[in-house]
Amino acid sequence: MISSTLSVSLAVLRRVMIQTIKNPAIIIPSLAFPLVFLVAFAGGLSIVADVPGFSFKGGYTAFQFVFVFTQTAAFGGIFTGYRIAEDYESGFARRLLIAAPHSAGILLGFVLAGLARFFLTGLILWGIALVAGMNVLGSPLEILAMWLLAANVSIASTLWVAGLAFRFQSVDIGSFMQMPVFILLFLAPVYVPLALLTGWLKLAATYNPVTAILAANRGFISGEESKALLAFGLAVGLAALMALWAVRQFHRAHRSVA
Amino acid sequence: MSSTSQLALIARRSVSRTFRQPVLVVPVIAFPLILLAVNAAGLSSVTELPGFPTKSYINFAIVVCFVQGALFAAISAGTELASDIQTGFTDRLALTPAKRWVVLAGATAGGASIAVFGSVIYLVVGLIFGVEIDTGVVGALVLLALAIYTAIAFAGIGAWLAVATGSPQAVQGMFPLLFVLLFLSTMSLPLDFIQKEWFATIVEWNPLTYLIDGMRGLVIGGWDASTLLPAIAVATGIMVITFTGASRSLRKRVQRT
Repeated sequence: MISSTLSVSLAVLRRVMIQTIKNPAIIIPSLAFPLVFLVAFAGGLSIVADVPGFSFKGGYTAFQFVFVFTQTAAFGGIFTGYRIAEDYESGFARRLLIAAPHSAGILLGFVLAGLARFFLTGLILWGIALVAGMNVLGSPLEILAMWLLAANVSIASTLWVAGLAFRFQSVDIGSFMQMPVFILLFLAPVYVPLALLTGWLKLAATYNPVTAILAANRGFISGEESKALLAFGLAVGLAALMALWAVRQFHRAHRSVA
Repeated sequence: MSSTSQLALIARRSVSRTFRQPVLVVPVIAFPLILLAVNAAGLSSVTELPGFPTKSYINFAIVVCFVQGALFAAISAGTELASDIQTGFTDRLALTPAKRWVVLAGATAGGASIAVFGSVIYLVVGLIFGVEIDTGVVGALVLLALAIYTAIAFAGIGAWLAVATGSPQAVQGMFPLLFVLLFLSTMSLPLDFIQKEWFATIVEWNPLTYLIDGMRGLVIGGWDASTLLPAIAVATGIMVITFTGASRSLRKRVQRT
């Protein structure tokens, strides 16, 4: 059963990746989006580092890179969700649900596809940031931890969007797929550290799990101490919660076909 | 039937179809306001930098909502038109005497109307949360008119994308590309606060900069033709280029069909 599930997953992964690579309209935005954000935040907002009280060992480019890297992980999932929704609109998803011997493999395949997209864009992002002279003060192990933490974000995001795609089965909800992820990301300390935030945003950022993930990754990249265990716990918990949502919507969609 | 009547019929269908789908309307209203709230709080400390043009960051940032709403309108309009192309509705329309511009303008009316609706809400919410418009009531009305004009122009982008690709997913996938243009503009900081020269050059070449600065001038600068006229010119240019491109693409698509 496991090998059958895995073969379904790999087939879904292969299909999504081939479609992604073959269709520039799909691959370009997922590559361009994080790159432009990196340029816009690290380049355009560099004066923010002059705000009284701002201090980050790695410099403003590394500070912003962590946010953009996390965002890349989240958007790897969102773009995969578009794929699922379009598969429903074309009728392919229904045929897949009927044909796959172990349908759980379908969901796993989409999660793997989201991860593959994230690794692809993440690698390019790292390459460009390093060429641009970003300071990386963390050890190789800390950088690996940074990737793992972001991979959890990618999994959570894919499962969230997959759940939406199974539920609504239409690409019309594209904005609705992006919006909650955007909100969660931007309700974290994006431009300045948590200590410099004030008012309602500070309150929201304090309880936002993304804040802990960003703080841990900023600690990893600058080689400074961070609450890594808390960040991993929150990221895994978020992915588990999203898995429950996605599986529930998947079964609902499966029942409607059967 | 006159072109006006045809336009009214197609536009009515587009508007009612769009407003019947909360997933198309809610993000246009909510997302710009949320980003405004987040940026106004997250970047409020930059007003402490010497020479920043206002002491209230929300005054500086409010106009971004209008441009962002117009970008959403572009995608909503494009997605709806692409769906019509995919289902064959546009092909059936091509068999009628309706002119191409009527089909395009009518089909994008839904997206544009959301932006109009959104612009009014952004302005009202902004005023409730303390936005002060230096040019007064007349300035607020001009701001609204410019925002609506921009939204119609941007609907042309959606129309062109829809006709060129014929795929709602491809149109949706272009949203991030359009959206990032906002971040390569004077959205967050004035041009003279951008330290990196290469980034300042990108910002100067970005047409959205002129739209944002034109609208922003009405809020924090007072009446200034040097910012307002370029904004009108940019919106007009986008409208002419995109609707012309969409019309030509539609002709080719119909010929292929």
